[in-house]
Amino acid sequence: MSILADPNAARDHARAMAGTVVEAMPTLPPRADDLPADVSADDLVWEETIAAGGYASRVLARGTRLRLIDLQGDACASLQLFNAAMPTERLNVADTVKVQWNAYLGTGSLFLSDMGRVLASIESDDAETHDAFCGASNAASNARHYGDGSNSGPTPNARDRLLLGAAKHGLARRDVHPCINLFKGVRIAADGSTEPQLGPFAPGRTLVLRAEMDLIVVLANCPHVLDPRPWTVTPLRATAWRGPVTAEDDPIRNATPERQRAFLNTEDWVRR
Amino acid sequence: MEQDVALAGLTGRVIHDETVPARAPWLHRVKAGETLRVVDLEGNQAVDFLLYATHDDAERYSAQDTIAAQANIFLRTGSVLRSNEGRPMMTITATAVEYHDTIGGACSCESNTLRYGHHTKAQHACVDNFLEANLRDGRGKRDIVSNVNFFMNVPVEADGALGIVDGISAPGLTVDLRAEMDVTVVVSNCPQINNPCNGFNPTPVRMIVTA
Repeated sequence: MSILADPNAARDHARAMAGTVVEAMPTLPPRADDLPADVSADDLVWEETIAAGGYASRVLARGTRLRLIDLQGDACASLQLFNAAMPTERLNVADTVKVQWNAYLGTGSLFLSDMGRVLASIESDDAETHDAFCGASNAASNARHYGDGSNSGPTPNARDRLLLGAAKHGLARRDVHPCINLFKGVRIAADGSTEPQLGPFAPGRTLVLRAEMDLIVVLANCPHVLDPRPWTVTPLRATAWRGPVTAEDDPIRNATPERQRAFLNTEDWVRR
Repeated sequence: MEQDVALAGLTGRVIHDETVPARAPWLHRVKAGETLRVVDLEGNQAVDFLLYATHDDAERYSAQDTIAAQANIFLRTGSVLRSNEGRPMMTITATAVEYHDTIGGACSCESNTLRYGHHTKAQHACVDNFLEANLRDGRGKRDIVSNVNFFMNVPVEADGALGIVDGISAPGLTVDLRAEMDVTVVVSNCPQINNPCNGFNPTPVRMIVTA
């Protein structure tokens, strides 16, 4: 006989779970004991550990810093970005590499939209292995590698995780666009072949992004599509805090004429 | 009667034959098993190219899935153009050009302001062609993703430097694509005049479909 045969018993059972702590979960209100010295705890807006195989999506205001930490050295953060006020504007991976004349993202790189505007900047990066070429795994590729790729199974794929994250902001299949993989890298050989840099890496590699407009950020944390190992991925920590909007004398903004114009275009959007 | 060299090597019956003017969009449905030949009539004319599954157009060409599956950024004979759900959409069955691009994306009025300056905003661009063709077919801005650029050359150097450089095509060179599913082909015959992708002179291309 069940001990949860009546609603009161079910309620007590559910409530008894309160206070449980697991590895991958959000902390509410956000709390972090390792913020940069110049960041006030009052400005913290998000603290969450995203599960191996998990995802998250969130609106971040212009000026917000998003710090991602590869806690154990095997995270793969597949990233999508949308203009929160007009999500038909989104990350354009081709423009991001073409406009900046370089395909290897690192400190100072911008994430550019399909409207010629900067969505976010990489303020700091000690990982330097990222991938603008190979995109997200999908149900078919995971089925080939692992026998299953479904959200309901043990080896979910990045595209379907991005879809769920995007769907929670009203977006759908035709909105899940080419992504950038952070922490797992791909380099290109002279003959065009892809050379994956998959680690595992040292724990604690850290990337800080700066939101240059109000954004919908979608993150999936699934094995890189070229990772030959059995399904392997470790948790990803996301921490965000409010910060100042990029100033006119910002060194990232002024590093190249293309970046200067991307900031001008974003300011033109905000000016409305 | 004079032989049409643009048809050389094609098998099957020609069911469509059309010249796309310089700078123009083009939309055409190709059924599974049919072959589309794109002819670079005057040489080094970038053909920006997207695919949608005709029966479910939320499934579309994915440059990233294509690159990941073949572990190479260049499109050559034998390359399979894959969808965002990992399925084969078209296969390059033959091409006389050493390789084609799929990382350089499409020019837009907006990206032109970044690459060249705000004086180029009023110039015609591939994304406007993609939009015009897609809007006629019930799609819109959300449906425009990273594309193929036939007859365009985008090398990546050891330090990650990348750019559109002088073409490696020539007058009359072709690429043949066999449809692996029913596809809707959307093309922008690139109007760009600020980089070498069209030899600074946009020209017509010819589209031949055989069944």
